[in-house]
Amino acid sequence: MADVFDRVKDIIVDKLEVDESKVTMEASFKEDLEADSLDVVELVMELEDEFDMEIADEEAEKINTVGDAVNYINSQQ
Amino acid sequence: MNKTALVTGASRGIGKAIALELARNGVNIVVNYAGSKDKAQAVVEEIETLGVRAIKFQANIGSEDDVKAMVKETVKTFGSLDILINNAGINRDNLLMRMKESEFDDVIQTNLKGTFLCIKAVTRQMMKQRDGRIVNVASVVGISGNPGQANYVAAKAGIIGLTKTAAKELASRNIRVNAVAPGFITTDMTDALSEEQKAGMLQMIPLARLGTPEDIAKTTRFLVSDDAAYITGQTIVIDGGMAM
Ligand SMILES: NC(=O)c1ccc[n+]([C@@H]2O[C@H](COP(=O)([O-])OP(=O)(O)OC[C@H]3O[C@@H](n4cnc5c(N)ncnc54)[C@H](OP(=O)(O)O)[C@@H]3O)[C@@H](O)[C@H]2O)c1
Repeated sequence: MADVFDRVKDIIVDKLEVDESKVTMEASFKEDLEADSLDVVELVMELEDEFDMEIADEEAEKINTVGDAVNYINSQQ
Repeated sequence: MNKTALVTGASRGIGKAIALELARNGVNIVVNYAGSKDKAQAVVEEIETLGVRAIKFQANIGSEDDVKAMVKETVKTFGSLDILINNAGINRDNLLMRMKESEFDDVIQTNLKGTFLCIKAVTRQMMKQRDGRIVNVASVVGISGNPGQANYVAAKAGIIGLTKTAAKELASRNIRVNAVAPGFITTDMTDALSEEQKAGMLQMIPLARLGTPEDIAKTTRFLVSDDAAYITGQTIVIDGGMAM
């Protein structure tokens, strides 16, 4: 669990250039992490590569917070 | 490292000329085709004599599965995908009143949806690279309209709008998207016209000649080069001055 969160956090910090402390499970990509729609699409792509999985567009659309991403990845593993 | 271009419909006509022009400028090429395997192979061999690498890939651009497989193979073979030329296209001309629904659908499916599917498929790689150049082959009739080509004109006008939207969506990732709008170019597509029709067209062209595939290839090469680094979302008409 912590492992997935840490890996997701690393990617977010790298991609969105935000401070680590801002990346909590509750943080919303658009509201708290200053991502635009395209950033979120890109982030999902990075997560697919990192976790070697395909996230369908319908699922990707539901990913709004860091927790959404972490929980989705956990549910698939 | 050499750049890599995917050129759809590169077995003949304008697509072939674009593939060769880019190859002459040091770009590796994926020669896409629908059915003309031997012609595509001949283009690959001609490109190889120019000192760059090339492969052919059969794919129906109207099929998302085909397009995805083609993009995957491109990245696997060459390690990058820097340039996409959406050139493949068909026409099924008929007067509006006579046009069958299937004729309308086929042309939209290949020309417009095919262009969309290819852009969608390459975007992932280009976003990662933070670099991409896309040129869509529209047509001057997409701007002016043309009797007997309701389906084709609708698709080409659609491509011009798609070009602008893709340009706006992807600009922040350094992906430029432009279109070329050829006029009357001598290829298999236009060979089908009668001498009478051709003579009639010639009268409307101020530069008083038909265009060649190379005319389109040279402008396309410019649009994908760094010389055009500040150009995106544009449609360049290449028609000898026919539509002004
Ligand atoms: N010629 C003109 O005057 C003119 C004017 C304005 C715009 N254009 C546009 O320029 C582009 C090229 O035209 P052209 O005159 O060079 O045409 P062309 O000589 O008829 O060649 C068409 C090319 O597209 C390929 N193609 C067709 N359907 C395909 C599909 N579903 N999937 C993948 N490839 C497919 C063909 O492959 P196969 O060889 O395997 O069939 C061929 O390589 C088209 O978009 C056309 O609308 C042409």
